[in-house]
Amino acid sequence: MFRFSKTILVLALFSASTATVAFDNFKGVGRPATPAEVKAWDIDVRPDFKGLPKGSGSVDRGQELFEEKCASCHGTFGESNEVFTPLVGGTTKDDMKTGRVKGLSSGELPQRTTFTKVATISTVFDYIQRAMPWTAPKSLKPDDVYAILAYMLNLSEMVPADFVLSDKNIADVQKMLPNRLGMTTDHGMWPGAPASKGGIGNGGKPDTSNKACMKNCKPEVQIGSTLPDYARTAHGELAEQSRSFGPVRGTKTLGTAAAAPAAAAVSPGMALATKSGCMACHGVNNKIVGPGFNEVQARYKDQPDAETRLVAKVKAGGQGVWGAVPMPPNSHLSDADLTTLVKWILSGAK
Amino acid sequence: MVDSVKQPGRLRPAPENFLSEEQIKAVGAGRRDFLRKSFLAAGAALAAPMAVRASEGDPNILQNPEWTTSLGNPVAMRPYGSPSKYESQVIRRESPGLARVAGASVSFAPLQSMFGIITPSGLHFERHHQGWHDIDPSRHRLMVNGSDDSLLKQAKVYTMDDLMRLPPVSRIHFIECGANTGLEWGNVAVPTVQYTHGMLSCSEFTGVPLKTLLEDCGVDYKKARYVLAEGADGSSMTRTIPMEMVESGEVLVAYGQNGEMLRPENGYPLRLVVPGVQGVSWVKWLRRIEVGDKPYATKDEAVHYIDLLPSGLHRQYSSIQEAKSVITTPSGGQTLLDKGFYNVSGLAWSGRGKIKQVDVSFDGGINWQTARIEGPVQNKALTRFNINWVWDGKPAILQSRAIDETGFVQPTYGQLRKVRGTKSIYHNNAIQSWKVIESGEVSNVQVL
Repeated sequence: MFRFSKTILVLALFSASTATVAFDNFKGVGRPATPAEVKAWDIDVRPDFKGLPKGSGSVDRGQELFEEKCASCHGTFGESNEVFTPLVGGTTKDDMKTGRVKGLSSGELPQRTTFTKVATISTVFDYIQRAMPWTAPKSLKPDDVYAILAYMLNLSEMVPADFVLSDKNIADVQKMLPNRLGMTTDHGMWPGAPASKGGIGNGGKPDTSNKACMKNCKPEVQIGSTLPDYARTAHGELAEQSRSFGPVRGTKTLGTAAAAPAAAAVSPGMALATKSGCMACHGVNNKIVGPGFNEVQARYKDQPDAETRLVAKVKAGGQGVWGAVPMPPNSHLSDADLTTLVKWILSGAK
Repeated sequence: MVDSVKQPGRLRPAPENFLSEEQIKAVGAGRRDFLRKSFLAAGAALAAPMAVRASEGDPNILQNPEWTTSLGNPVAMRPYGSPSKYESQVIRRESPGLARVAGASVSFAPLQSMFGIITPSGLHFERHHQGWHDIDPSRHRLMVNGSDDSLLKQAKVYTMDDLMRLPPVSRIHFIECGANTGLEWGNVAVPTVQYTHGMLSCSEFTGVPLKTLLEDCGVDYKKARYVLAEGADGSSMTRTIPMEMVESGEVLVAYGQNGEMLRPENGYPLRLVVPGVQGVSWVKWLRRIEVGDKPYATKDEAVHYIDLLPSGLHRQYSSIQEAKSVITTPSGGQTLLDKGFYNVSGLAWSGRGKIKQVDVSFDGGINWQTARIEGPVQNKALTRFNINWVWDGKPAILQSRAIDETGFVQPTYGQLRKVRGTKSIYHNNAIQSWKVIESGEVSNVQVL
């Protein structure tokens, strides 16, 4: 009897420990992750710096890396608004003291930058480490990330030019972030537990309360805004954007002359340039970050070895020919694609 | 002569897919004879060889068309079918100037041309953060781990083979980008419903509840109250999801979309489905799930997808898409063919559950009528509504107003701006207004 009872007891304990979670029910499905696998993918860094790798980097080193890998999109000083919204600017020494960026409420900011918004420095570290640079994400070592972030902090006038950012002092930087107190979670749009139960937000309480009035709901209709003329024609021919039969037609918004080019097929060269990301920095007939293709063609058209030289330049990247902003290397493109692109540019980029 | 023509059934109103300015003026002037004129012109062009006289009736009836008098195409000529060549207007489109890099941009679904509630997979809106890839499913892995070892008994790796062996569920849900209608916070900015509301789609998703996987790994629900979802693309986009949603069983690790695998643009071979929550949390090309005890403040919940308030504070972790609706036919950038009967049709949805009622106004919100809701009405899914309307040729302003099962009523622009200002970018669920003028042209306006 005694032994039997003991068995029952053990079984009872076992089922109690497994009652809450059905662990390992699906035999043969999935396998344990190895420590090396988890280490390879688990690179996220939280606001409390859990996950932060050890390392350090100076402002000087950061400037070198930034000019080499980041400036082509973000500008030498992180100020560029050409490709992405600016990284730095819009913050003051006073904001660093108060922890709130004043320009966000005063209306003085022409545009929000990363540092006018971000309240957690871990976010910037995590993002650079996981997603930058644009065409070669995850190629930066932790020391590189520290250095680039140190340079951005220097550009934001948060740290001096001789500053070295590291896992040891990043928490001190957090205390200086100009918008560190700029977030609120007091809203009803978090779908989990509310702050009162250890979660986030007010538990789903909406901030608007319209009533479903049915008759004579207001004395008059107040129009706040109508479609501006430029917006009517900025999205191509609307006549071609609705089905050609049925109860309605697309409204004809462009003249026939203007509509024709929109319908023209995209050339293979243009398609390749678009797919390869060239058009982010180059216009066909205009400079964006880099020179327009028309300028490139004009400069190289009479040089016999232009094609070979340009293929090499596009592949390796470079700086100085067209100004200080460097062109990043394009090693992800095949030689065949590079040659196609260069031929297309030299023939007028049509 | 024109007046003596009898109307043989539904006349073809115009030979092209639009009305000319003259024809629009003709409708505005109350003249419908242009329809007959264009019919005569079209009839003459088609009927000339056979010398069928248009006055005898519709040449499309009197003279059998070529598809009725010849052999058609064989089966499997197109092993994967595609839409009719006459549907070339029904495509995803970008909004010029919205983003300067196509790899981090948006394409909008053509809501003005869609029926029912399901978005054809090829028309599903796109939003990529660092371009899209067509991932080899045999090399795709999903890892489940904990922010520390105490939150999970065993970190595990699943292949697609593993995931597709597990018991799946199929559910219909809408997905809406948090920035949908974001261009319109301050003022009217874009002409058609494709651009105002087209970051919206609805599909039947098939996959495994995330809960199944977390429990397979032995999650400790007491400690692990948050989930981080991470993508396999270059951006490896990450978002924090509340464990309460996962525990409810509604968060899915999905591979199926409308009966086939996900499209590459929508996360092939694996994406997270987080019903009712903005699209950015539906991480595409899902490669890792981490359970944690704190939220993560990732880039897309600490720099972007935060809602700026007039006070200068930003709302962080705003996730739910509140009740919203829009009339899709007729809508901005379209022109009504004629006075008379129309079925006004639109979509309603709520991130808090089912749609209970949709009201429509034809006078800018002074008076409202309740629309017919066409089934099926599903939880956190697009819901189709219809209402009859006889257009008298006079100016009108069309609006729709959704009410969800919590009793929440979709707000006006005035109400929304009063609490959130005009610079929020995200979560604009204001009542949309379409103005109809005498010519029949419909355009985008905002009624406060």
